[in-house]
Amino acid sequence: MAYSDKVLDHYNNPRNVGSLDKQSNTVGTGVVGAPECGDVMKLQIEVEGDRIVDAKFKTFGCGSAIASSSLATEWIKGKTVDEAMQIKNTEIVEELSLPPVKIHCSVLAEDAIKSAIADYKAKSGEKKEG
Amino acid sequence: MQLPIYLDYQATTPVDSRVLDEMLPYFTEKFGNAASRSHAFGWSGEEAVEKARKQIAGLIGASPKEIVITSGSTEGINLAMKGAAEMYGSKGKHIITSLVEHKAVLDTAKHLEKEGFEVTYLTPDRNGRISVEQVREALRDDTILVALIWGNNEIGTLNPIREIGALCHEKNVLFFTDGTQAAGKIPVDVIADNIDLMCLSGHKLYGPKGVGALYVRRRNPRVRLVAQMDGGGHERGMRSGTLNVPGIVGLGAACEIAQQDLEKDAAHTMALRTRFEEKVTKALDHVHINGDIENRLPNCTNISFNYVEGESLIMGVKDLAVSSGSACTSASLEPSHVLRACGVGDELAHSSIRFGFGRKTTEAEVDFAADQMITAVSRLRELSPLYEMVQEGIDIASIDWSGGH
Repeated sequence: MAYSDKVLDHYNNPRNVGSLDKQSNTVGTGVVGAPECGDVMKLQIEVEGDRIVDAKFKTFGCGSAIASSSLATEWIKGKTVDEAMQIKNTEIVEELSLPPVKIHCSVLAEDAIKSAIADYKAKSGEKKEG
Repeated sequence: MQLPIYLDYQATTPVDSRVLDEMLPYFTEKFGNAASRSHAFGWSGEEAVEKARKQIAGLIGASPKEIVITSGSTEGINLAMKGAAEMYGSKGKHIITSLVEHKAVLDTAKHLEKEGFEVTYLTPDRNGRISVEQVREALRDDTILVALIWGNNEIGTLNPIREIGALCHEKNVLFFTDGTQAAGKIPVDVIADNIDLMCLSGHKLYGPKGVGALYVRRRNPRVRLVAQMDGGGHERGMRSGTLNVPGIVGLGAACEIAQQDLEKDAAHTMALRTRFEEKVTKALDHVHINGDIENRLPNCTNISFNYVEGESLIMGVKDLAVSSGSACTSASLEPSHVLRACGVGDELAHSSIRFGFGRKTTEAEVDFAADQMITAVSRLRELSPLYEMVQEGIDIASIDWSGGH
């Protein structure tokens, strides 16, 4: 299968690989996918105020899955939480020129962003109410 | 060292230069149609084909008259299974095969199910092996054919062919084995191994693509097949079509060399495989070798690198020509049906790579390949959330992945 140059670039030089402290109240963690499907993405965000100041990922999956999650972290860093919520998988497909069989990778990346934000909101919501 | 390094010898092999030399005259000056009986061009073609038939028969302990030339193993499988089913369908409608067969066998079996045959698909053990006892239990009064692979193309596991063949003969059931990967790699003797039908393919044993052979036993029992290709009655009526003389010459030469060099080739590839497996398993944790370690083709290994996904791994070793399984199914994203049938979980099946070693593979290439694999696996594990969880002591199997898709 031929990969686009952008997929290859993210695969060879993935951005923002790593982990943030998942116990921290300012960190939201999203883990999506399943090992038996061949894709698991973990995406984490660190939020200050309403802005995402840091993002990290780790992905078990094909090159397109790694590239989609790497791109996702690149895009959400510096955005507000609300702006990050607006990112659509189709934008990832377009940016990475993903073929139809790899569209699920972009869907997973979008899910990972939303899941990390939901985790953060749940944590910070608890804190405010408490 | 020339890159990329070819380690996909189960998919195909290069034509041996000795084989090519034999073939070349039959494209040009010796171009005759082997079926032309009225002139010297035809006679030389026929002579070449008959020589090749002897060479092919010699490799597997058959007589030349028992060799039907085909275009390769897919055709051999179709002819053997459909031809036998049509010929003996009035005696019974039951066929036994297994879940780890090549797609050509599985799809032919499905075709026969639509034609009214009933097929039992045996589940192998964890190592991909079918036992004689399993076959014995599956046999029925109306069983007409048992079709089992000899050496598995993905994991290299060898089935107990001789014992299963003996059982089939005891029960008067025809026994077909797909010998595509086994022929030229391990000793084959169709008489001692109790085989009635066996296919092989030129390009798997350093011969050309597009040519193969089907062994069809002529006595005890005499096997008859309904032709699947009608025409001029070539190959004793079993396979019409003008003979591919250069290809057949190449297959013959390849079989002769394979027979001569069988032990040398096997020892060479097995030593390389051991070297590769030892290097990789020493450097990396959570590595599992698939297949039956005791009963395996000498030139093949299939390794699961847990917590790393296979496609991304292949992408990371672009200087190696390897595969995550059968070339015939690698267009799909499904994990290997062979590993699934062995009960290897989908997660591990997604993490598996097949390596094949050949006549020309060197120790330096194997060392380079092992280093590349170790580097790529280590790098991807740094990226792997699953490996991280395992390092943290989390049991991945205990996680609810139902959010997955």
